[in-house]
Amino acid sequence: MHNTFYSEILTEHNLHPTHKHELPDANYELEGVNPSCGDDIILKLRVDDGVVKDGAFVGDGCAISQASADMMLDLVIGRPIEEAKRLSEIFLRMIKGKITEEEKEELEEAGALEDISHMPARVKCAVLGWHTMDEIFEDPDKAKKG
Amino acid sequence: MTTSERKREDAEIRKDFPLLSPKTAYLDNSATTQKPRQVLEAVSHYYESENANPLRGLYQLSLKATDSYEQAREAVRAFIHAKSTEEIIFTRNATESLNLVGYSWTADNLKPEDEILITILEHHSNMLPWQQAAKRTGATLKYLECDKTGNITEEDFRRAITPKTKLVCMTHVSNVIGRTNDLKTFARIAHEYGAVFVADGAQSVPHMPVDVQDLDVDFLAFSGHKMLSPMGIGVLYGKKEILDAMQPFLYGGEMIEYVTREGATYAELPHKFEAGTVNAGGAVGLHAAIQYINSIGFDKIQEREDHLTAYAMEKIKEIPEVHILGSDDPKEHHGILTFTVDGVHPHDIAAMMDEDHVDVRAGHHCAQPLLKFLGTMSTARASFSFYNTEEEADRLVDSMKTLRKRMGY
Repeated sequence: MHNTFYSEILTEHNLHPTHKHELPDANYELEGVNPSCGDDIILKLRVDDGVVKDGAFVGDGCAISQASADMMLDLVIGRPIEEAKRLSEIFLRMIKGKITEEEKEELEEAGALEDISHMPARVKCAVLGWHTMDEIFEDPDKAKKG
Repeated sequence: MTTSERKREDAEIRKDFPLLSPKTAYLDNSATTQKPRQVLEAVSHYYESENANPLRGLYQLSLKATDSYEQAREAVRAFIHAKSTEEIIFTRNATESLNLVGYSWTADNLKPEDEILITILEHHSNMLPWQQAAKRTGATLKYLECDKTGNITEEDFRRAITPKTKLVCMTHVSNVIGRTNDLKTFARIAHEYGAVFVADGAQSVPHMPVDVQDLDVDFLAFSGHKMLSPMGIGVLYGKKEILDAMQPFLYGGEMIEYVTREGATYAELPHKFEAGTVNAGGAVGLHAAIQYINSIGFDKIQEREDHLTAYAMEKIKEIPEVHILGSDDPKEHHGILTFTVDGVHPHDIAAMMDEDHVDVRAGHHCAQPLLKFLGTMSTARASFSFYNTEEEADRLVDSMKTLRKRMGY
């Protein structure tokens, strides 16, 4: 009926996120805020021996911010930090409209957000989770729990 | 009015607005309005045949530019019923007007023991200047809260004001809830306490007759771009005796009489507050906008805006998942319908409505403390102008009805 950006993949991740819950054994957590949209999430990661063993997020926000964070966790849980950072770099480049088809495939479902590159007002929503994750990796001391 | 009469009137008005088209329902008029041809032509006429630096040249063209600029000032004076053109200061917008008062008036008039009283309804531009003034002067900033429909009563106001209150700042019409504050009553009470009263007219001056002498406010700020003018021209009205006693806001050319190495004497009002080259083209556009509004008339403008608001609210009432903030009475909205849709984030509302070519605002509407007070952080807002139509209201409502389904519910 409507020519819509709101695909089923997106609405599904928004309405039924796999990773939106508390994570009691997280050893890193960081809040990410997008003041223009009012998106506000707390990303929680369990990292052991340089590997993202588990991850989750809590908070509120628009469908794009919530779905994107959920897709990101689908992708990075179980991967080494370096790998997660590399995928995040690809995702952020996708949002700027500059990736190859092979790279997009690596992003799995998160590749569904490619059209955000034509929606400048929503870029901040889409990258919120990814930026928050990058920030944890860049300055782990700031995000360290306990 | 019959439907066919209304449609004829719609077409008559809309032909003046080059940007409006049947394709898109532009419903973000509280943010900025579209501009009629008459305004655009006045601005281009100014730049094509009258442009020179006003207020300084001695040649014919500069005198002409000065004339056009000063005629615009007179048009604004008459529009808001000020006593004299000395009381009309051109600024960039309401925000700059409020900052002018926020710096210049507060600098010599606020002391640490004083209080500033503002309301929770304020737009950030009528909040942050006072937060900053409070920080600079040590004065206390106090908030007056409204009820859930946005209403502030005389009793509420009397409870909040104290002998320490030196300054009261209040919006005339809330940009979120659309409710009007009874400025005349509040200004009278403020004056009983010896306080100065600043009114934010950004959402009222475009939509209703405003008479500064009748309201007896000490300052009134508004923006041209929300009332059919180009962006970058705004107004600060201030009572002459208060403006006279204030120090300048910006320093530079055009606001001085004599300058020596050590200091300067400042120009008379209103030029004392208009440093640098002025936005004469913008003022000319504002003049044309006032003429256009007068030619339509506030009676018709209000009738059309109230009709659309009531028409849309009646239909929105039937959609269980949609909730409008503020009063149930359309008369208390002044064309502003701020709403939420259960389970759908406002930015997703606006994005899906954009897919339907319905332009609405989403977010905090520059009023974060108010939304927090009302228990929500973000909302969507449709705001009508007199040039909007029933068909556009229908498109808003039709789009609203589809949102939850499109989000996968």
